[in-house]
Amino acid sequence: MNLETYIRNRLKQKPIGTMTHVIAGYPSFDDNLTALRLMKKYNVDLVEIQMPFSEPTADGPVFVKANQEALKNGITVDHYFDFMKQASQEFDFPILMMGYYNTALKLGHKNFIQRLKNAGGAGFILPDLPLEEQNGLFDTAASNELSPILLVAPTTPDERLNAIGKAANGFVYVVARSGVTGDHTAFNKQFETYIQRCRNAIKLPLAVGFGVSQKKDIEYLTGKADIAIIGTALLRAWEYGKAEALEEFLDGLLGNG
Amino acid sequence: MNLFNFQPGHEGYYGEYGGAYIPEILWSTIEELKTALKNAKADPDFWQEYISLMQSYSCRPTPISYLENLSRELGGAQLYVKREDLNHTGSHKANNVMGQGLLTKRLGKTRVIAETGAGQHGVATATMAARFGFECVIYMGTEDVARQRPNVFWMEQLGATVVPVTDGSQTLKDAINEAMRDWVTNYPTTHYVLGTACGTHPFPEMVAWFQSLIGTEAREQMLSQYGSMPDKVFACVGGGSNALGLFQGFLDDESVELVGVEAGGKGLDSGAHATRLTSREGSVGVAQGYKTYFLQNNDGQMLHTHSISAGLDYIGVSPILSHLKQTGRIRFEAATDNEVIEALKLVMKKEGLIPALESAHAFARAIQEAPALPKHTKLLINQSGRGDKDIFTVADAIRDENWEHFIQGKAKDYESRNIYS
Repeated sequence: MNLETYIRNRLKQKPIGTMTHVIAGYPSFDDNLTALRLMKKYNVDLVEIQMPFSEPTADGPVFVKANQEALKNGITVDHYFDFMKQASQEFDFPILMMGYYNTALKLGHKNFIQRLKNAGGAGFILPDLPLEEQNGLFDTAASNELSPILLVAPTTPDERLNAIGKAANGFVYVVARSGVTGDHTAFNKQFETYIQRCRNAIKLPLAVGFGVSQKKDIEYLTGKADIAIIGTALLRAWEYGKAEALEEFLDGLLGNG
Repeated sequence: MNLFNFQPGHEGYYGEYGGAYIPEILWSTIEELKTALKNAKADPDFWQEYISLMQSYSCRPTPISYLENLSRELGGAQLYVKREDLNHTGSHKANNVMGQGLLTKRLGKTRVIAETGAGQHGVATATMAARFGFECVIYMGTEDVARQRPNVFWMEQLGATVVPVTDGSQTLKDAINEAMRDWVTNYPTTHYVLGTACGTHPFPEMVAWFQSLIGTEAREQMLSQYGSMPDKVFACVGGGSNALGLFQGFLDDESVELVGVEAGGKGLDSGAHATRLTSREGSVGVAQGYKTYFLQNNDGQMLHTHSISAGLDYIGVSPILSHLKQTGRIRFEAATDNEVIEALKLVMKKEGLIPALESAHAFARAIQEAPALPKHTKLLINQSGRGDKDIFTVADAIRDENWEHFIQGKAKDYESRNIYS
């Protein structure tokens, strides 16, 4: 089933979906698995597994440190795909590769797509690869039924939103604000105008990330966006008190209580 | 040769290198910058204003000095030196920052940010910001802050805020990452004054353009003052801005050989160097917004670099230089830390010049090649900066005991607070 259909089906059962995030190998693959099992328990819809990179320009301090520590732990591309394979066998939610373009470039486009497919990935998010620089990667992905997930930002003009919407597959990642990952976002009138511009220009489901960290953020996004993306807040919870703190946080965010 | 006559669909590319690998949030800011650069390039008044500013504020045109003693000593080719060390703040960095300052004014922005390694670009940016009245924040790796305190001192005195960067290897590349993070947050008010001809399009084009006055002056000076073109031109290559600045004056003169000299550190097989174009560890990648040769492993993770000169201690190289290596227009070589110190000592003793450790790489290679060349051959070397800033590093490298005693004495004075009495 393609990614967009999967998301549309999930949205028949709930008003808004969630996508969560782990950084491969940080603090360890075992910890990653524990985190993923909790995410499963709270019925998340999609998961990003980030391939660590030595120059994570788009990430804020929490993720920067995690990227660095994972590399210090010796995480390689081989370890990364092995772990993704293990995760995609255990879990039924779609898994997306998140990372930086150099990983795909060094592997070669065909090899990157093949390895992602073999590992059971559903697509990829590369925040430093704009539409103009993709150089055939999206076609290679399409012929292997993988989804390139593209990002849009509040500064993206309407006609470009349109072009990105057409090139993307599965859903579009709506960056809620300026800056890097991990800071708070003030959801306000300006955001409403922006998400409406996205809606008008893009037919795919819209996933909103950057600064989504509380239940009230998800409540606010319900009816405006299709998916809420929670990243840094989860890692913060883990760092605060490992699995127990993460479960408590997920429960507060997504639990029924 | 017009490097900037981009083919449709290949804007910002030099052969297969360059591009704009940027987060979407910066797309419109980059568009704005591209338009401002295009308009500035099309406006002769802008270039005239730039030249006038550099003449009244930064000693331009810088002279070319003939090194008679050193040439006689080496017994081969004649050596000439383009004196970028005579710029305000002591290096070619002044050219780029003043140009970008004028552009920042045109963009209507009020705040500038910059990365710095050795601190030269940071100090240059801080002087520019003071003169233009911009708020100024300089990102600098914690390790560089520790080893380049004099430059940090001057930046702060000039009114800049220096932010130590604790990520990664805590050096230049990490300072660039942090400056990018600032920029994606503050782009409406802020211009990022990138220090070299690297990074996302249009920075390589813009920095190369501002630095091109080095080569334009040098070509004219060689012809009018020394009667003919140089046979070979040497410049050190970190990011590549001083090299591109000088080389652009001679790109179309096929008889002129262009030689870029990278930081060989402790040797090309030592794992401690910064040679992207002359060593095996360099390969094509994308990081920090552009595609070029990087020092990286097979997974595409960047390697640690080393050079005795902080200004050459960087993982990437200008995409324009990667292209000109591929076309064969530029020959690339490396000089080791030891060769550089020996060259520096020789140049100081024979000519009374104190080149920066960066520039001493270009001297080292020229000195190596000169003896075997006929006497009528002319070698032109870019002295991209002055070496005063390197006093701590050079004193350590030559193990000067008197200097060590001086520093120890100074430390004791501080401990007993005598220094302020």
